[in-house]
Amino acid sequence: MIRTSLRRAIVPGIASLALVLSACGGDDAESVDGDVTGEVAVDGSSTVYPMSATAEEMLAEEGSAVEVSVGFSGTGGGFEKFCAGQTDVSNASRPIKDEEAAVCEENGVEYTELLVATDALTVVVHPDLAVDCLTSDQVVELFSPDSKAKKWSDLDASFPDTDIAGFIPGTDSGTYDYMAADVVQHETEALRNDFEASEDDNILVQGVSGTEGGVGFFGYTYFEENADKLKALSIDDGAGCVEPSAETAQAGEYSPLARPLFIYVDNAKYNDNEAVAAYVDFYVENLTTVAETAQYIPLSEEALSETEEKLAGMAG
Amino acid sequence: MSVATRSARETVEIRLSDGRSRERNPASILFLIALWFSLFFGVIVLVSLIVDTAISGAGRFDANLFTNYESKLDKSTTGFRAGILGSIWLMAFTALLAIPLGIAAAIYLEEFADRRSRFNRLVEINLQNLAAVPSIIYGMLAVAVMGLLGYQFKGIVLGGAIALALLILPVIVITTREAIRAVPQEIRQGSLALGATVWQTTWRNTLPSAVPGIATGTILGLSRAIGEAAPLLMLGMAMVRWDPSSIESKVTALPMQIYHLSSMPQEEYQVAASAAIIVLLVMILGMNALAIFIRNKFQKSW
Repeated sequence: MIRTSLRRAIVPGIASLALVLSACGGDDAESVDGDVTGEVAVDGSSTVYPMSATAEEMLAEEGSAVEVSVGFSGTGGGFEKFCAGQTDVSNASRPIKDEEAAVCEENGVEYTELLVATDALTVVVHPDLAVDCLTSDQVVELFSPDSKAKKWSDLDASFPDTDIAGFIPGTDSGTYDYMAADVVQHETEALRNDFEASEDDNILVQGVSGTEGGVGFFGYTYFEENADKLKALSIDDGAGCVEPSAETAQAGEYSPLARPLFIYVDNAKYNDNEAVAAYVDFYVENLTTVAETAQYIPLSEEALSETEEKLAGMAG
Repeated sequence: MSVATRSARETVEIRLSDGRSRERNPASILFLIALWFSLFFGVIVLVSLIVDTAISGAGRFDANLFTNYESKLDKSTTGFRAGILGSIWLMAFTALLAIPLGIAAAIYLEEFADRRSRFNRLVEINLQNLAAVPSIIYGMLAVAVMGLLGYQFKGIVLGGAIALALLILPVIVITTREAIRAVPQEIRQGSLALGATVWQTTWRNTLPSAVPGIATGTILGLSRAIGEAAPLLMLGMAMVRWDPSSIESKVTALPMQIYHLSSMPQEEYQVAASAAIIVLLVMILGMNALAIFIRNKFQKSW
């Protein structure tokens, strides 16, 4: 017992020390307490999945005996299990919704939201389409359920007279939710329903790259892996066209489509289960490496120290 | 039977077996073409899918595919060890749950139940319907059962086995009943006439004679179960990087791993998933071959 509480106190200290060290160029993660055993259940967004899985693998490589299972049932499905107390950590590609938070509260699940990375939601089109930049209003018009745009020329007279063929993520994904709730902001929190939807982003890639006038959106990694087949549109949010990239997203210039990726940690489980603490601590300590390995955009220094502070505040 | 009728019949048979008809009017030719098209459509689609998958997974048929766990740090050596072992464990416990229950239910319905009773007829109709229920429903059923058993995290060996056992139970019951029904009534009557009880007759005569049919049906049921991802997804099965060790250990299955790796953006994962699809296909074909072997080896004719 004494050892555990001592560990709790030391970990945030080590975390900040590690940050200083890694800033000095030492990239190797500090040794892991091999005596900690136990299971951690992670579920939620399939977008954040690669990060949480990377953190798990790195932890195992370090010789930890903690067994972490990482699920991918979507941000919504993840919160459902998390708020029922079935999982310890929930991956989310959008902030928790009020109704989800209400369920958590009802079940007495207290949690901490930790920002772990940024993703540039990328609007992609067929490479031959003569459109390079959309204003944020045009993005809204393109995906809004009230949209009357059938051809690209309906958005802007200078755009070609080609039919719009949309391919968008499924309604269960946080990607859809973010576009609907935070970008389009239609009262129904929905996107237009005459676009083809798929839970598998690779299907969207195929759709957009195979249809002239095809348009879709998904995480930046999917664009990066398919950059030869697709064209990413720049977004003009009032300050000129900004193309999606690690730099622009991190600097906050790629607005409004740079979206935050979170993990939600159950406070009680963090404090009672040393395996959960070991995993989450390790995750945050190595956040930059984890994000880069999973091909996401690491947090800016400012955001990183904010996440670390929040983590330090969890130890009770 | 006169010579004339016999030769006429033979001619018809020959023509039929040749697939040829003297009629050469356009309508019959068109009909023939339509038949050939329907025959080959399914086959061609299937073959081209398999070939396409095999080609795209060709680069990854190496030992790593079987011995490694899924890896984010080294994508090109990612493997399906957890999925393959998980699927084998799930199949073992699914069989353990479903086979005794299925066979017992079939024996009751065939040999002991009063067929005229309204309740039994209701059970029969429901069994037929259950066999056609989408697999994801069984996942929800298993979630409920696991909840009743008090498990917080349901993606464990027991949960998966319950879901898959529920899924194939109707299939096993139906095929077992057919196998039992195929045992000639004379065998039962002979046994009963010698003074055996109904139970002794069933246990010592009917059931052994029905084993080939039961085994075939069971294995076909299991090979349906091994390819299922939907009910397991419903259970919230997660990616794990260890081997299953007990019925309570968290587990993943091969179709689950294929499902989620094929939707990852990285090319390496999609190639690995293609290779794993072929592995899964070989596993299923192997099980089906075993079913055919058992049927041919032990089949009796009366």
